[in-house]
Amino acid sequence: MADQTPQTAPGKPSLWNDPKKRGMLIQALVLTIIFAFFAYIFHNTLNNYAQRGISTGFGFLNNSAGFGIAQTLIPYTESDTYWRVFWVGLLNTLLAAGLGIITATILGFIIGVARLSKNWLVSTLATVYIEIFRNIPVLLQIIFFYSLLLKVLPSVKNSISIGDLVFFNNRGAFIPQPLPEAGFNWTIWAFLLAVIAVIALRKIAKSIQEQTGKQWPVFWMSFALLVLVPSATFLMTGSPLGWEIPEQGKFNLKGGLRIIPELIVLWVALSIYTAAFIAEIVRSGIQSVSHGQTEAASALGLSHSQTLKLVVIPQAMRVIIPQLTSQYLNLTKNTSLATAIAYPDLVSVFAGTSLNQTGQAIEIIFMTMMFYLSVSLAISIFMNWYNDKMALVER
Amino acid sequence: MKTKLLATAGAVMTAVVLMSNSAFAGSTLDAVKKKGFIQCGINSGVPGFSSANDKGEWTGLDVDFCKAVAAAVFGDTTKVKYTSLTAKERFTALQSGEIDLLSRNTTWTFTRDTNQGLSFAGVNYYDGQGFMVNNGVKSAKELDGASVCIQSGTTTELNLSDYFRANSMKYEPITYDKVEETIKGFEEGRCDVLTSDQSQLYSLRLQLKEPDKAIVLPEVISKEPLGPSVRQGDEDWFKIVRWSLNAMIEAEDLGLTSANIDEKKASADPSVKRFIGAEEGVGGQGLKLSNDWAYQIVKQVGNYGESFERNVGKDSPLKIARGLNALWSKGGIMYAPPIR
Repeated sequence: MADQTPQTAPGKPSLWNDPKKRGMLIQALVLTIIFAFFAYIFHNTLNNYAQRGISTGFGFLNNSAGFGIAQTLIPYTESDTYWRVFWVGLLNTLLAAGLGIITATILGFIIGVARLSKNWLVSTLATVYIEIFRNIPVLLQIIFFYSLLLKVLPSVKNSISIGDLVFFNNRGAFIPQPLPEAGFNWTIWAFLLAVIAVIALRKIAKSIQEQTGKQWPVFWMSFALLVLVPSATFLMTGSPLGWEIPEQGKFNLKGGLRIIPELIVLWVALSIYTAAFIAEIVRSGIQSVSHGQTEAASALGLSHSQTLKLVVIPQAMRVIIPQLTSQYLNLTKNTSLATAIAYPDLVSVFAGTSLNQTGQAIEIIFMTMMFYLSVSLAISIFMNWYNDKMALVER
Repeated sequence: MKTKLLATAGAVMTAVVLMSNSAFAGSTLDAVKKKGFIQCGINSGVPGFSSANDKGEWTGLDVDFCKAVAAAVFGDTTKVKYTSLTAKERFTALQSGEIDLLSRNTTWTFTRDTNQGLSFAGVNYYDGQGFMVNNGVKSAKELDGASVCIQSGTTTELNLSDYFRANSMKYEPITYDKVEETIKGFEEGRCDVLTSDQSQLYSLRLQLKEPDKAIVLPEVISKEPLGPSVRQGDEDWFKIVRWSLNAMIEAEDLGLTSANIDEKKASADPSVKRFIGAEEGVGGQGLKLSNDWAYQIVKQVGNYGESFERNVGKDSPLKIARGLNALWSKGGIMYAPPIR
């Protein structure tokens, strides 16, 4: 056995033969290529911009915008900057999205439950509603409602008025505007105090119920707290609130609080459209809860409403919430259709007028896209958190 | 609109990609000759300036200018392809190389000429922003508190706001994206007054259900010199476009029309001879074109006056008076440097 060759210790495999390292190497390579590709495009764009004498960067945001906006939630004048325009547009978008989400959810739940109703008429009406509104493109619906509103509502001179306090015409809805006077702060503080009291009350009531099984009439107690405490304070401080009532001006109604028709149309159209989808989600959620659960609840002696509140809806929510999230995202993104009817949202005032005045297309579109991305992510995060809260706790 | 946002985003993306290409591309003239046609950016529908007729052919003052450049380059007015653009898309389309020439009632301003990578070649229509009302108002000074319909994506918003601020009047701006919506808003009474360039107001008025009820107010609140523009940095192409415009105006000055230019070929008038390229030394070589470039423009498109009257003037439904757009010798300010 003299010719026995010495066994070489198994050396480290080469970089290429180690699957783990090879994987990392390839990933690093791909990342570098992607990065280099984008760096190239970015560099080239800047280069070409410079060559063609187009200014770049976000410096333009400090320039004065110089144009007017019909609806502003924060103070804005023509001499304010494009940065301010961005915020004005952003808040207008959020206002339309927020209002839309609230009404779409309420309307959607009602129609979804109605669709499951045993009453033939109610369930058929709900079905017809859903099939009509979710099958027509939302842009058409918006334009249709806008034309309808302008046609149906009278001109300023012939405004419909309710007791000379509230007015409707094709320039919008006009309602009296509350003007707080000195001392009104007390009422606000009283209301906040009442809210805190209600939260505490619910906690106490819950722990008492868990310990002794006794139930408090929490709803009525909360209601009394929220209504009586602030109104008592209001009266005690001498009703410090005035009202500004809309009156006829030369071209338009003056004073009061005004809701522009574009906002009304956008709000109504998006709510109606999205509600049709939410209704289907709610229906599928409720149907996903097996009938055995309802029977078990009846066997335990729960009433019909208790069964719904304590057994069916909590389980249905698990199915509903994730799908609801994507509907909220859709609604938020659909607000950008507002440009079609002159609602001054972000796309209209910033990615529209501002873009055209400054010519900074890439910067402005980038900022606008980032805004929609952040809002969508924020809604997702919130809904995921809510979903975790509502999910079944495995014990 | 979402589609609009997508379109704009798409245009931006295209711009990014195309810019990385066109950095290596040669001159516009070579590229145009190679592909055999001029890609011309026009408005999607302003009667008189650029609109499609019932046969689907584009006509109008701006369209005529596209044809004039094609006549100068190819001697053939059919060698144009049109891209109809919204106000928002137009500059990106030009910057990115999607079009070779922008002839879309665009106002020549300082910012546009200096910051946006384009060069204006001249003015083919002197316009100004005005107001149209249908409620008996006689002067723009009476418009305090009015709601104003605006078509978005122009210098209009800025001029409007400047005018109302300067006269310390209040207004409510209602900014629409599309002409059709703007007209509807005005007709249905969403606003008291519609503002745009006066030339556009005249053509919008024709689209109203009751054109006679609406009047264009006398006030002109801005200078709007409308003209064709090209990408910055291509001097040869820029000069072709500039001189095509000059040739149209100069032809009117010399009394050359599409009808009489063939007779005038025999003329002994040296300025006419220079114009049609019969005189040695003043041909098309400076523009890298054939000697009869100016002759082709007038022969196939006509002079500026012919184009004006045919599209927006007395031979058109718009019936806009020449006004500022008359020749310098006839009380207007249309003036071209001599061709010599």
